[in-house]
Amino acid sequence: MSVLVNKDSRIIVQGFTGNEGTFHATQMIEYGTNVVGGVTPGKGGTTHLDRPVFNTVSDAVKQQGADVSIIFVPPAFAADAIMESAEAGIALIVAITEGIPTKDMIMVREYLRGRQCRLIGPNCPGVITPGEAKVGIMPGFVFKRGKVGIVSKSGTLTYEAADQVARAGLGVSTAIGIGGDPIIGTTTREAVELFMNDPETEAIVMIGEIGGGLEAEAARWIKSTGNRKPVVGFIAGQTAPPGRRMGHAGAIIGGAEDTAAAKMKIMSECGIHVAESPAIIGKTIAGVLGKVSA
Amino acid sequence: MNVHEYQGKEILKRYGVAIQEGLVAETADQAVDAAKKLSEQTGTQWWVVKAQIHAGGRGKGGGVKLAKSIDEVREKAGNIIGMNLVTPQTGPQGKKVHKVLIAQDVYYPGPNPTSEFYMSVLLNRTTGRNIIMYSTEGGMDIEEVAEKTPERIFKEEIDPAVGLQAFQARKIAFNLGLSGNAFKEMTRFVAALYKAYEHTDSSLFEINPVLKTSDDRIIAVDAKVNLDENGLFRHPDFEAMRDVLEEDPTEVEAAEHNLNYVKLDGNVGCMVNGAGLAMATMDIIKLAGGEPANFLDVGGTANAARVEQAFRIILKDPNVKAILVNIFGGIVRCDRVAQGIVDAYRNIGNIPVPIIVRLQGTNADEAKRLIDESGLKVYSAIELKEAADLVQQVVG
Repeated sequence: MSVLVNKDSRIIVQGFTGNEGTFHATQMIEYGTNVVGGVTPGKGGTTHLDRPVFNTVSDAVKQQGADVSIIFVPPAFAADAIMESAEAGIALIVAITEGIPTKDMIMVREYLRGRQCRLIGPNCPGVITPGEAKVGIMPGFVFKRGKVGIVSKSGTLTYEAADQVARAGLGVSTAIGIGGDPIIGTTTREAVELFMNDPETEAIVMIGEIGGGLEAEAARWIKSTGNRKPVVGFIAGQTAPPGRRMGHAGAIIGGAEDTAAAKMKIMSECGIHVAESPAIIGKTIAGVLGKVSA
Repeated sequence: MNVHEYQGKEILKRYGVAIQEGLVAETADQAVDAAKKLSEQTGTQWWVVKAQIHAGGRGKGGGVKLAKSIDEVREKAGNIIGMNLVTPQTGPQGKKVHKVLIAQDVYYPGPNPTSEFYMSVLLNRTTGRNIIMYSTEGGMDIEEVAEKTPERIFKEEIDPAVGLQAFQARKIAFNLGLSGNAFKEMTRFVAALYKAYEHTDSSLFEINPVLKTSDDRIIAVDAKVNLDENGLFRHPDFEAMRDVLEEDPTEVEAAEHNLNYVKLDGNVGCMVNGAGLAMATMDIIKLAGGEPANFLDVGGTANAARVEQAFRIILKDPNVKAILVNIFGGIVRCDRVAQGIVDAYRNIGNIPVPIIVRLQGTNADEAKRLIDESGLKVYSAIELKEAADLVQQVVG
């Protein structure tokens, strides 16, 4: 078991024939991901990377039974692409695009309300279930198969965590990059909940950053549901000054509650094993799992 | 993107928000002309001279002065233009004032008392919807109001499917204790303000104070407007409002090279791929006993040209005593990055501070060998822990 994606996922790429789409779709296919086609309006009926291209997501769903879509569409058109996928009945939409206006995401979030689909991202590295499916832009080789679920707002910090997990002799069940924008489809709490309900996942690494209240919400939920699995947490940006945006659109300290220190304190109080340094994430998870099995 | 008060008000006015009128000036002479013109346009007898910088609390630092004659306009504008204005939001170093806004006096006497309110529009990140936050306590620090009298702060959330509704505008006006003409004016003000926020892809409006004048008009006396950078492509005219004098010159230069750089006041520079890892690297520096001198995300393509540019940007800061390069090579190969570092180092010539390079990911071992055999004064590491220890060694 794993969460969100596996070897049976039927994946399409929106923005398939563009530079980004082509490059990453190639990497995904090389990894062994079940990419069943792509969508580029106006290029329907052609083939690209030996797979069919469709004009609409709807066509891809009908003809290929697609259930997962990954989006590499430029920011100005990405909200539209997400809504098209939702309307077509795609169950999991992974939006990689960085730079979507907040106003567009407010509409997207409203559009998705009550629909049977999950959005991951935007502005995220995607989702990977090692050895089965890479639906994202992450370097696949870093992720070894195992029992640790990773949820993270950041791309390279996710790779860092996965690498440390591997060096600690452990592996990853699924890694979910939820994205660094102010409005994202799947929150930290929702991603953690998926792992709590996944029989294969034995422990969770939760990586956050300054800005917003997602980590605190997740921490309180973990505690209120009885700390069912051990969670190791890290918050990036302990040294970030207030009011300055640190790369990610959502990484900005707006008040006393969204600093790294405040979040780490809440996480600790909720029974999460907080790693103070990003260099000891692997060591901490190994220690926690050691204790569990002993 | 931040804009000045006068630019923010210009944006608000386009959407029908009533504002305290004013004209911008860069010299005392221009200020005098502006004051005369403003009197013709609005009939104002007095003028407010307001420093235009990207920071709040200007009044507290002496950047907002009332002038009761043209001579006083000249004198006060002359004093404020060119001054180094220190406010609670500028930090101790302050900000140089290049422009003033000569604004009409809106606290004139009349049949009714004046009152000041607070109003802002912003995103509620939890619900993913915009809210209008408002308070009866205008003209004060809103954080302080929130702490001492939270019951005086109200919030109205907007349903994106239908937008701001009339009943919501009425509720706001009632909660602010208004009646009669002022009530009607407030409902119009709120509707226009929200329309402006939505249409301009803004990420924050803060109007403090919103004034009820003695003749029951409702106007924005100040305007803090932040525009969503991601939405700027839809508003090409806003780009002209960017005031690079308000930004750190090194940050401006970095942005021209598409490097995401934020200057900080520490002694260890860093160059990282990815925003999250960049923040984590700053944390590593701190935990190792140093202080981060910057945030710098070189992005996914860490080639020689970019690495060189990034080195040059970091080295502009004289406080930098060491540089930590932390690249997690995924799709970008570490040996290529390492070659880029070696080339950049040779191109720049003599880099006067020690450099610690941590390359992890694809071909990390080859990369380390490349660095070690380059003969340059560069320390190499593969694991993050090793890099942290090296930072400690260098700064300790």
